[in-house]
Amino acid sequence: MTTDLAVFLFLAAIAILAAISMLFARNSVYSALFLVLNLATVAVLYLLLNAAFIAMVQVTVYTGAIMVLFLFVIMLLGSQQAGTGPDLPWQMPVAITLGLALMATLVYALLGRPSLALASQAVLQGFGSPQAVGELLFSRYLLPFEATSVLLLAAMVGAIALTRDEPEGKPR
Amino acid sequence: MNVPTNYVVALSAVLFTIGVVGVLIRRNAILAFMSVELMLNAANLAFIAYARALQDMSGQVFVFFVIAVAAAEVAVGLALIVAIFKTKHSIDVDELSSLKG
Repeated sequence: MTTDLAVFLFLAAIAILAAISMLFARNSVYSALFLVLNLATVAVLYLLLNAAFIAMVQVTVYTGAIMVLFLFVIMLLGSQQAGTGPDLPWQMPVAITLGLALMATLVYALLGRPSLALASQAVLQGFGSPQAVGELLFSRYLLPFEATSVLLLAAMVGAIALTRDEPEGKPR
Repeated sequence: MNVPTNYVVALSAVLFTIGVVGVLIRRNAILAFMSVELMLNAANLAFIAYARALQDMSGQVFVFFVIAVAAAEVAVGLALIVAIFKTKHSIDVDELSSLKG
């Protein structure tokens, strides 16, 4: 077994265990922290797959901003203990059966093709660097980039409008 | 990293499945929402793996857009959960069985 494969298997084990722990943690705060661990592990995988800029975006946006927002809302609502498990007796076995069926289908669809070995090609100079990503963003993908800024503005306005305290007597 | 792309894609499939099972079994709306984030993240991992294998940066740019859209989705989704909590005093998805606000 090569070192690369060992490192990959180690990271994959951490990511999968963190994801499963997220599902079955009793406390929502622990779930959020396990999700942070999962996202950070995937960020390390991004680094190893020559996507340095995306790895940094993952850490700052996902594990930084988005998960802080999740923790903030969990603590704001005081819902740490809510919804600990399903009451329907058949829900868990059915969900796991359907999940395994989905995974079998995904693996069949994705891996039923000849393997693209990463080792066969040398990586181009600067592949995945902030400069290379930025050049693509501001040339070929300029329109989607600008559309994203409009989307973020719309999300900001929507979030404020949804959580604003309405004056008494006024319909929404 | 010198690992076959299929291994990374298989990891992505496993994480996606865990996210789907999470949406199916957890009734806490925030937990279901975090499972959706897990699924988005699994799809991103597949994008990065194929971008590396095909030597095409477009996959990485797409992941950038997915992360931006996820940020917007989380802001609006959590605002919706807070608004639901204000009216129903619960975020158990089983309680949300009526369309009347």
